[in-house]
Amino acid sequence: MHDKSIAELSAGLKAGEYSSVELTRHFLDRIAAHDGQLNSFITVTEAGALAQAEAADARIKAGEAGPLTGIPIAHKDIFCTRGVRTSCASKMLDPFVAPYDATVVTNLAAAGVVMLGKTNMDEFAMGSSNETSFYGPVSNPWDTDRVPGGSSGGSAAAVAARLCVAATGTDTGGSIRQPASYCGITGLKPTYGRVSRYGMIAFASSLDQAGPMTRSAEDAALLLTGMSGFDPKDSTSIERPVEDYAAALGKDLKGLKVGVVKEFFGDGLDGGVAGSVQAAIDALKKLGAEVVEVSLPNSGLSVPAYYVVAPAECSSNLSRMDGVRFGHRCEDSKDLMDLYERSRSEGFGDEVKRRILIGTYALSAGYYDAYYLKAQKIRRLISDDFKRAFEQVDVLVGPAAPDTAFVKGAKSDDPVAMYLSDIYTIAVNLAGLPGMSVPVVPAGGLPVGLQIIGNYFEEGRLLNVAHQLQLATDWHQAAPAGFA
Amino acid sequence: MSLERADVQKIAHLARLAVSDTEAEALVKDLGNILDLVAQMDAVDTETVSPMAHPTDMAQRLRPDEVTETDQREAFQAHAPAVENGLFLVPKVIE
Repeated sequence: MHDKSIAELSAGLKAGEYSSVELTRHFLDRIAAHDGQLNSFITVTEAGALAQAEAADARIKAGEAGPLTGIPIAHKDIFCTRGVRTSCASKMLDPFVAPYDATVVTNLAAAGVVMLGKTNMDEFAMGSSNETSFYGPVSNPWDTDRVPGGSSGGSAAAVAARLCVAATGTDTGGSIRQPASYCGITGLKPTYGRVSRYGMIAFASSLDQAGPMTRSAEDAALLLTGMSGFDPKDSTSIERPVEDYAAALGKDLKGLKVGVVKEFFGDGLDGGVAGSVQAAIDALKKLGAEVVEVSLPNSGLSVPAYYVVAPAECSSNLSRMDGVRFGHRCEDSKDLMDLYERSRSEGFGDEVKRRILIGTYALSAGYYDAYYLKAQKIRRLISDDFKRAFEQVDVLVGPAAPDTAFVKGAKSDDPVAMYLSDIYTIAVNLAGLPGMSVPVVPAGGLPVGLQIIGNYFEEGRLLNVAHQLQLATDWHQAAPAGFA
Repeated sequence: MSLERADVQKIAHLARLAVSDTEAEALVKDLGNILDLVAQMDAVDTETVSPMAHPTDMAQRLRPDEVTETDQREAFQAHAPAVENGLFLVPKVIE
């Protein structure tokens, strides 16, 4: 059952071949059997899952089921879930039980999905390897000595290992696409504002966006349709009707103009990854796409600009963790300042502290123009590069990450080396565009992701390109040995 | 851009983080490396470029000034570290 697509499972549920309770039990059993090796879940919500599954079965029996009703998924532990610990993988929020649901959680629950639990991640979504989690690192199911990528590493590992049908993730600088690439799954970061950020613990508010992490583009289309929508509770949510993304997957690629981003094939790119990405581009050509080379001349500045914008916004967002209203509080504080400083120092891990400090510095008196304002101007240049590119082509392609999954610990002592894992994904967040990673030919036995970038609100086009590629190839169907 | 240990301590205080001398030493190096990365921006002339604060250049939506939330004080204080009579407790601020 765990190899089936959402559409196949939904058909099976409606035909009465199995119930959602049976399906949910199957995945709970898989989590119990396999997650000891992966650590992809922080919290498993067995009782809640079985209750949701029973309700889904009743809905199916009554003929009121939608395409996601009864499907067991997992939520990244950055989404608030009422009555369930919502930790953001931080000691700071280890005691935090959310009093309300994130809109993404509400929307998917209304569609009838079953929540199996909350997945592991980098602390407050800051990291590219899932090694900064308070609950310990996650292992990559393709090689458990290696990282799954991050920050949505738990979601990526759980989907790749078939411990859930699909999962939610968030992407501020590549946190859906890079782990999707490392774990061999399909991950989509929608246009900024497409999916509500209400109840999604904020990291960098001008960049954060939630999206689906699945085993195919078709599954991603179904999950995105369920997640999306205007939300008056998020001031950046876009008032625009949700498309039926799954219904728009039937278009062939003849005449599609594909731009290969020249700058994404420079010195930092692993040779094996380059070969795999090229094979995928050749496959798109075979399907009728016209491939041209495109330049994004300022994309090399995306990592420097990002490491001003994201830390600045995080230093502001994380100021709410003060040891007073929720979360961790130090013992025996001698005064209010001591309470703030020690609660925060005990509650946050090293990477989160580094980013808060960089952001505080960049925003401090006398430095604003040199850092934050400068970064916002670079951001404009990067965004303008994309605008020009989309005058020539329909989609852009390149690698999602410069390498395959690295061995745990390999980059832990060098923050800047870790930051460069997101060298091909960050520009997309700065511009606010949709981007996805789809699995292609492995390199050295490890998964590789092709990144596909679209113009604003062209999620449907991206999903269709990925789906056509997946109809013509079987790269996305490979399962890691030991988890098949 | 290089930072001294005293700079790190000053920034840490602004960020309400307590940093030990050993941690400050490591941070001098780490933050310095990050600022070196960031300094790549300086190579570009951005004099005439308008800053981009938000990806979609949209205006903030306004809503009518009406009370829409119900009182959920007890639910919201249920997970607070210390409360009394509906108030959050902190160390004494005024003598």
